[in-house]
Amino acid sequence: MRLRVNPIECAAHGLCAELLPEWVSLDEWGYPAVDDQPLPAQLVKDAKRAAAACPTLALKLLHD
Amino acid sequence: MRLLTQSGPTLAEHEAMHGRLTLPPRVQLLDAVEAAGLLGRGGAGFPTARKMRTVGAGKHPAVLGNACEGEPASRKDVQLLTRHPHLVLDGLAVAAAAVGAKDVHLALHADSPALPVLRAALAERRQPVTLHEVPRRYTASEETALISFVNTGTAKPLFTPPRPFEQGIAKRPTLVNNAETLAHLALIARHGPAWFREVGDPEEPGTLLLTVDGAVVEVPSGRPLRQVADLGGKQAVLVGGYFGTWISVAQAHEVTLTHRDLRAAGGALGAGIVLTLPAGSCGLVETARVAAYLANENAGQCGPCFNGLPAIANAVRALAVGPWDEATMVALDRWLGVVPGRGACHHPDGAVRFVLSALAVFAQDVAAHRAGHPCAGAHAASVLPVPRRGAA
Repeated sequence: MRLRVNPIECAAHGLCAELLPEWVSLDEWGYPAVDDQPLPAQLVKDAKRAAAACPTLALKLLHD
Repeated sequence: MRLLTQSGPTLAEHEAMHGRLTLPPRVQLLDAVEAAGLLGRGGAGFPTARKMRTVGAGKHPAVLGNACEGEPASRKDVQLLTRHPHLVLDGLAVAAAAVGAKDVHLALHADSPALPVLRAALAERRQPVTLHEVPRRYTASEETALISFVNTGTAKPLFTPPRPFEQGIAKRPTLVNNAETLAHLALIARHGPAWFREVGDPEEPGTLLLTVDGAVVEVPSGRPLRQVADLGGKQAVLVGGYFGTWISVAQAHEVTLTHRDLRAAGGALGAGIVLTLPAGSCGLVETARVAAYLANENAGQCGPCFNGLPAIANAVRALAVGPWDEATMVALDRWLGVVPGRGACHHPDGAVRFVLSALAVFAQDVAAHRAGHPCAGAHAASVLPVPRRGAA
């Protein structure tokens, strides 16, 4: 699975970087930069939580 | 000349020049386009037949002709449309037949001089085509923005997937083709693939419409760039428009007009735009003006773009005309790294690529400006055309 941000929906709340700092970093404007490599298995659970927590539902988990 | 002939714009003149269009059966048409090896002329250079086969395999497909020509330095589509509207309309008929579409659209800028010409041409034909008048913004003619405009009236890029070929107008798989691509289709349907391949580069056959320093020419693909642009007394060449890249004059002397060659040189053929920069101008000042234009033209949707592009444009301006400080240069390097790939569309990627190529090609000027010696060209007349903001 991979993580993707819908940048149109994203409003820079930053929860994703709080919940998944291993995979998401914020730029200086507060918008997430997400690693587009396949997620390691041990991060999938946290990634799901981060996606569910996104206030604008901009964070998507995509199946390969 | 295949597209830009002496023919007048009326249907009678068009048919006197090219003959009447009779549509071959669909399978034959698709095979002909594939055998012709036609690549899309809107910028990306994607094989037209491959797109047609994908769209044609879907349910109730639609066709959208993109005649917006969003690049400010491009004039080729408006020339083609005003001089030979029936070639483009024939092409729409061919594209529709090739994918089996009944739903056919054509998008132009609302202020396009080609709009009345196309209306007159459509009045001469029995061909149901819906015209769309798109606002003149840089990102409005990106293909997902056009789909959004047709569907909702808002011409802003969409998050993908789905791409238009998967889900476009009214959720139908939609073939989006540039106006020049359509005109080539009109001739391939008449004369066949062998005729089409008689001129041009074997891998990217046919003729190309180029806009060279504002003038439109039609040349076989693969022609050396130095034969179509006057490189004497020039310091650099911008290829591919503002979605393209600067290349040095030395590179410009070597390349041919193919996607393959220009990519290898770190450039892009794009929609066939060539702009030469005279020796007396300042490439950084020109780049700063265009960077500011591209920043203003962001769609206001994606944070990395609407924050990053103005920051980048201001930094390039500081680099070009001052006041200069080293922290700005450090920040510029960082922004050029973090902004690309993070928008819904490729607008931020194109703007970053454009600026990066300027920093490489005008590296000596960058060093001079940083050393406190802005060049005399900083006050030379502007070379790159930038539409006034707020112009229709």
